[in-house]
Amino acid sequence: MIADDDEKWLAAATAAVKQNAFYMQRAIDSNNLKDALKFSAQMLGELRTSKLSPHKYYELYIRASDELRSLEMFFRDETARGCSIAELYELVQHAGNILPRLYLLCTIGSVYIKSKDVAAKDILKDLVEMCRAVQHPLRGLFLRSYLAQVTRDKLPSIGSELEGDTETHMDALEFVLQNFTEMNKLWVRMQHQGPTREKEKREKERNELRDLVMTVGKNLHILGQLEGVDLVVYRDTVLPRILEQVVNCKDELAQCYLMDCIIQVFPDDFHLQTLDVLLGACPQLQPSVDIKTVLSGLMERLSNYAASSVEALPNFLQVDAFSKLNHAIGKVVEAQVDLPASSSVTLYLFLLKFTLHVHSDRLDYVDQVLGSCVSQLSATGKLCDDKASKQIVAFLSAPLEKFNDVVTILKLTNYPRVMEYLDHDTNKAMAIIIIQSILKNDTRIATADEVDALFELIKGLIKDFDGLTDNDEIDEEDFQEEQNSVARLVHFLYNDDPEEMPKIIFRIRKHILTGGPKRLPLTIPPLVFSALKLIRRMRGGDENPFGDDTSTPQKILQLLTETVEVLADASASELALRLYLQCAQAANDCELETVAYEFFTKAYLLYEEEISDSKAQVTALRLIIGTLQRMRVFNVENRDILTHKATGYSAKLLKKPDQCRAVYECAHLYWAEEGENLKDGERVVLCLKRAQKIADAVQKMANASRGASSTGSVSLYVELLNKYLYFLEKGNPQVTGETIQSLAELIRSETKKAESGAGTFITSTLRYMEFQRQQEDGGMSEKYQKIKMEWFE
Amino acid sequence: MVLVLALGDLHVPHRAADLPPKFKSMLVPGKIQHIICTGNLCIKEIHDYLKTICPDLHIARGEFDEDARYPETKILTIGQFKLGLCHGHQVIPWGDLDSLAMLQRQLDVDILVTGHTHQFTAYKHEGGVVINPGSATGAYSSINQDVNPSFVLMDIDGLRVVVYVYELIDGEVKVDKIDFKKTSTSNSAP
Repeated sequence: MIADDDEKWLAAATAAVKQNAFYMQRAIDSNNLKDALKFSAQMLGELRTSKLSPHKYYELYIRASDELRSLEMFFRDETARGCSIAELYELVQHAGNILPRLYLLCTIGSVYIKSKDVAAKDILKDLVEMCRAVQHPLRGLFLRSYLAQVTRDKLPSIGSELEGDTETHMDALEFVLQNFTEMNKLWVRMQHQGPTREKEKREKERNELRDLVMTVGKNLHILGQLEGVDLVVYRDTVLPRILEQVVNCKDELAQCYLMDCIIQVFPDDFHLQTLDVLLGACPQLQPSVDIKTVLSGLMERLSNYAASSVEALPNFLQVDAFSKLNHAIGKVVEAQVDLPASSSVTLYLFLLKFTLHVHSDRLDYVDQVLGSCVSQLSATGKLCDDKASKQIVAFLSAPLEKFNDVVTILKLTNYPRVMEYLDHDTNKAMAIIIIQSILKNDTRIATADEVDALFELIKGLIKDFDGLTDNDEIDEEDFQEEQNSVARLVHFLYNDDPEEMPKIIFRIRKHILTGGPKRLPLTIPPLVFSALKLIRRMRGGDENPFGDDTSTPQKILQLLTETVEVLADASASELALRLYLQCAQAANDCELETVAYEFFTKAYLLYEEEISDSKAQVTALRLIIGTLQRMRVFNVENRDILTHKATGYSAKLLKKPDQCRAVYECAHLYWAEEGENLKDGERVVLCLKRAQKIADAVQKMANASRGASSTGSVSLYVELLNKYLYFLEKGNPQVTGETIQSLAELIRSETKKAESGAGTFITSTLRYMEFQRQQEDGGMSEKYQKIKMEWFE
Repeated sequence: MVLVLALGDLHVPHRAADLPPKFKSMLVPGKIQHIICTGNLCIKEIHDYLKTICPDLHIARGEFDEDARYPETKILTIGQFKLGLCHGHQVIPWGDLDSLAMLQRQLDVDILVTGHTHQFTAYKHEGGVVINPGSATGAYSSINQDVNPSFVLMDIDGLRVVVYVYELIDGEVKVDKIDFKKTSTSNSAP
């Protein structure tokens, strides 16, 4: 009902304005001053209404003031045509009602100023005083808004053509300040207006009024543009008077808006120099004011200021901006007990950004901010609030992004304390962010103590939380990615110094071992390889006679034994076996026979007891044979024992073809290139013959079942043939032409039996044999000539 | 002209955190038609990364690979060439040229791509060409004391293959190239 009335009245008033404007325009067009004045006064009369709500009144006002523009131009033209301004000034005062009269006076007044016939200051003073006649808050507010608008381009502002001396500047300043003051008072009165209709309407009106505070704020924008407002003027005159009005209006939204206006409109170095005053106003504002927006706006501006102008930096220290801001925030947080955690963290976040921008060399400041945040959070306890968690992550990420160096972060004593307040998942996410920073920036963590500090920060990833296991809650893939990040991290924990590096290894191990069986298979391998790299470096360097116990290859290998054992217990047997073999090779290179033997023993035991899957056995055995074949450190006896065992395992593999292959590979264990005593021709041939027996058994089974993969077993023979050729070429005296011949004939007869040929393997082998026969250098071809190959297919 | 990237033995994250940045910036998606990987990635993230460089990805199983489904050996045809792929820990003695030649005869391929030793090699023998792209991350090896990160790019054009090897030595990428020519389209006697 009420809304409808409002619309109706506005429509009626607007129609009246339009109509009068039309006649006014007609009068202007025919240079009829009298009529122009008459109709404009009538038009402005519509603004005398009390019926409209603030928003609707605003619409009407816009209409009317728009039309007044042509009137202003007309006045200007008239004066150009010779009409005296003073006369015009007189004439408009004949308008019947005050409000239209004052609008017209402002219009003509602004033309008057431009003419420079009379001192601008007098006119301005006149106008601003005269407007007092309208004490109705809404009407008065818009009248003064019009005054500000119409005089704006006539004031000596920065970049305008109007110059002036200090006096002119002061006059303009005074004018704007006064207009601002009066407008604010009117606006305040509107808030406390007597009981209007229903409560609903009052609420609606109050909201609409709040929007109008922008008209008040406009004056601040004008002030910001004025010439002659230097730091002294700002500090002594402008700021105190503005702040007085801001505090007096006692409305939280307006206060917030106007404070923000001040911060945005005036230069940053002004703010820096008046920081006390500005911050001092904050506690005087309404308790419900969103102070964090105000303060964060201020800090952001100051940060950008510091970032953009290096010369300004000393000023920050000089006025002790940091402590003032820190203190102010502390007071705000203290005073507003209901402030949600996310808001107080946001405040500290802005302070932190400010500190990082302005005082990036002062780690103690940064730590202080972190500490203040911790004190604040300790009141709230661990956070379950998503929003606050997000803010804390932003808070912790800020120094990471600024310094790009986790080592610096490790120096901040309060950093881990802030992390304590994150819930488990967010804590882990933050740990990942820290690791990413290290990976991305190639940061070296070079001391054992730094390693400790780092693992303290990422402990959410390293071990289970408070004794609970994550178990089903966490996604398998996510968990693996997490742990792989930790694994990658290990490669950045590094120091060239052979004294420090072992300490680092020990520390890493200490932390990783708390991880539990799910984590160990992912985190132990990088530790092992880091240690193996260290051992290799140690071998390369000089012996340090003063080095402590930890810095010998033997000690490290001992540590590795104990470490890989843990893996074996965590049922990662295949991995453990591989790592034992790697360690054995390292021991071999260090000439530590007993240690190497020990590793082989452990590997063999794992093979016997834990590795039962057939495929896994084949691969594991292949690795054992490959590693053993390269070992040089064993004496004859040890070597024999290990070789004998390996051959034994080979013969006991489940599938016969696998057996055959493993056994013939064992032949290599009896033949090493270096050293004559490592070449046992007989044993080689024994192995090959043993393998052949197995191949025979395979062939028998294949022949029995008629055509079932008979090609497969012929392939075994061809493989054996190739092995014989290998040892023939190496000069094994036990490999004779006859041996090879008979095998070749066997292949031929078996191939004939089968439907398909032996395939390309035999073809390429024969081709190779022929090629070797043709070799120019005598040695090879001699050997091959011993083989009679009439059966060449 | 077909570009084939050959690389392997990255050992991420056991022995290395990632490929060298200089290599990563060279491996741009869309330029390469095939990837041949000798194995030991070791984790899915590396598999996914390689897939973004080229979707036609072939991997042989290394002894530390997390995914047990990669094959022990793989044979593929690219242009006029038959390529064989095998990690190499299966070939005893490790890195032995004659044993590798035996594998090549068995697979009957023109080019055998193999790894495990973390040592770049490319040579021609009676049975064809053997290429070892080394370790793309320069990972620790018990076989090779001094490992530089390396990978290989093969440019296959008709009967000719140009092998480019990229090695990171003292922070700089050094390139070398070797030419190989097939005498005919089959492997049978000339």
